[in-house]
Amino acid sequence: MTDPLLSVKNLRIELNTRDGVAPVIDDFSFDLFPGEAISFVGESGCGKSMTALGIMGLLPEGVGKIASGSINFAGEDLSSAEQKRMRNIRGNEISMIFQEPMTSLNPVYTIGEQIAEVLRAHQGLSKQASWTKAIELLDAVRIPNPQARISDYPFQMSGGQRQRVMIAIALACEPKILIADEPTTALDVTVQAQIFDLLNDLRKQTGTAIILITHDMGAVAEMAERMIVMYAGRKVEEGPVQQVIDNAGHPYTQGLISCVPHILEKLTAKRQMLQEVPGIVPSLRDFGKDQCLFASRCQYVSEKCNNTRPTENKFSSSQTVACWLTESIQ
Amino acid sequence: MALLYAIATRIMYAGILLLAVIILNFGMMHLAPGDVADSISQSMGGADEEVLNEIRATYGLDRPFIVQLGSYIGKVLRFDLGYSFFYTQPVSQLILQKLPATLLLVLTAQFLALIVGVFLGVYSAQRPNGLSSHFVSFFALFGYSAPVFWSGLLLLIGFSLHIQWFPVAGMRDVTIEGNFLEEAIDIIRHMVLPVITLASIFLALYSRLSRATMMEVLGSDYIRTAKSKGLTDREIIYKHALKNSLSPVITLAGLQFSAVVSGAILVESVFSWPGLGTLAFESIIARDTPTILGILFFSALVVIVGNLLTDLTLRLVDPRVRTNG
Ligand SMILES: Nc1ncnc2c1ncn2[C@@H]1O[C@H](COP(=O)(O)OP(=O)(O)OP(=O)(O)O)[C@@H](O)[C@H]1O
Ligand SMILES: [Mg+2]
Repeated sequence: MTDPLLSVKNLRIELNTRDGVAPVIDDFSFDLFPGEAISFVGESGCGKSMTALGIMGLLPEGVGKIASGSINFAGEDLSSAEQKRMRNIRGNEISMIFQEPMTSLNPVYTIGEQIAEVLRAHQGLSKQASWTKAIELLDAVRIPNPQARISDYPFQMSGGQRQRVMIAIALACEPKILIADEPTTALDVTVQAQIFDLLNDLRKQTGTAIILITHDMGAVAEMAERMIVMYAGRKVEEGPVQQVIDNAGHPYTQGLISCVPHILEKLTAKRQMLQEVPGIVPSLRDFGKDQCLFASRCQYVSEKCNNTRPTENKFSSSQTVACWLTESIQ
Repeated sequence: MALLYAIATRIMYAGILLLAVIILNFGMMHLAPGDVADSISQSMGGADEEVLNEIRATYGLDRPFIVQLGSYIGKVLRFDLGYSFFYTQPVSQLILQKLPATLLLVLTAQFLALIVGVFLGVYSAQRPNGLSSHFVSFFALFGYSAPVFWSGLLLLIGFSLHIQWFPVAGMRDVTIEGNFLEEAIDIIRHMVLPVITLASIFLALYSRLSRATMMEVLGSDYIRTAKSKGLTDREIIYKHALKNSLSPVITLAGLQFSAVVSGAILVESVFSWPGLGTLAFESIIARDTPTILGILFFSALVVIVGNLLTDLTLRLVDPRVRTNG
């Protein structure tokens, strides 16, 4: 097996809140291999975006920080890299697209300028050359008539088109990793399918590894090879997408999957979003506790779940689950 | 094309507004006790009823209101603002004499306040809890709440009387004459204290506003995008954030054009600056109605032109304004 491109080990991200310091990400580890697509799934507030921002070195200033652990990228620990080095990596080797296409582009510059700028920053292209390349990129993300649209301002484009522009910016420098944080949540369903198609095609062309953060189980099945299920800042299950869907080990994953009747349906307008498992997500204040954080919502809860944090166990050959139940099964 | 259309509509609105001001002025002139005939007779040292009626006839004051209004509007549009019997010269001439000094003072103060204020705001927005940020807040509050005449006098006492760096009053030293450079330096030396005094009010407003908008902009999604592209802090702040935070400040600066007279009256009186403010002050004391109304008309004109310029500048800064017509 090849070495992982990105290897996150025992990552702990702390947030300053009114109630004190809370570990929004708690002892979180995963690997991403070159060209691979993995997916983070989990309910709102479980720390998916925080993980992504932590990798990018863009945690909210003064609020969030990496407390311990390492983010190993091609032999370098990003958690302790200098700002200058991080600027070199951002947008160049690791790129990110966001949940909010409507507000993610700067309203007062043309989209051409916003694409060209990243090429000038990282590839040292001239104004002219970067503009020409920007038109090519706009064409690559399938915006009709790129020659004319390049001089448009963001407010002259639809949400789907803006997200395409974001993708063009993110892929401009052919990064090794693309983090797509719920890239379609704010878009309507037909546009969602088009964006995922686009991402899939571009991935085939460029070989970029993808971390897809999503609520959309259909997209996970279509796009990713492996999935990581997160709950309250922790990884509760990890494994190949098909395998996890067929045979989920963690009660939370089982709940998620049973909420979606036709996960494996093709990417069409009709497919379903991830729905909530009954019960309430614990508040940030409870995140660090030495117990299973899902215990209060779990039908199989036992004494041990409330007293000790479950360890990660092999569930099958390539699947791991953090649940006391699965340990007792084996 | 869209630009021409926008400018044309703005100018049309400006014209309507100006007309309204003229009519209002005329109405006030009529409501004020006494008329031109009275003030003429006053300057002659009193006159009897017969002479007064004669004067009224020569000035058309006996004609119907509407006719008088029409001829007044016609006159004002030809920039004939009447005659000041107090200064014994046409009001428009009087105003044009005083205008350059006021414009020099006010525009310099505005410009200085805008540049320094935005810079302070931008700087302190990056460290909202830092020392510099608190300093800006304090300084801004101080500048805004300290009365102009008080801070002006304080500066005068400090830098003209105790440390004699700057002249006490006026705009130029009559003994310096001839060499253009020397005259310019002399005027600049006279300008320093009044400009600082006047700028401190604007500066307070602009630095607070730009600090607030800059902080909001820095938290926005497109700034996160700019960071995720690996841009430098300089590019993020001065390219992506600054241009977005300028609109409110420019709008405010446009509104501040009305301070041409109000702010200038105080500052000009304190420093005996020979401008419109001093003229307004004197003519109010002397109840010189034509001059007061002339100044009112003129300040309205300045405000309207200022707003027109503001609109056009906003179009440069924000593409959304450009296409919404
Ligand atoms: N700027 C911030 N300051 C303080 N707390 C924050 C901030 N941003 C996020 N949080 C908190 O961090 C936790 C994790 O947030 P995160 O955005 O990572 O969730 P998520 O899994 O991406 O959710 P979603 O699916 O809604 O995007 C949440 O409880 C949230 O309230
Ligand atoms: Mg999120």
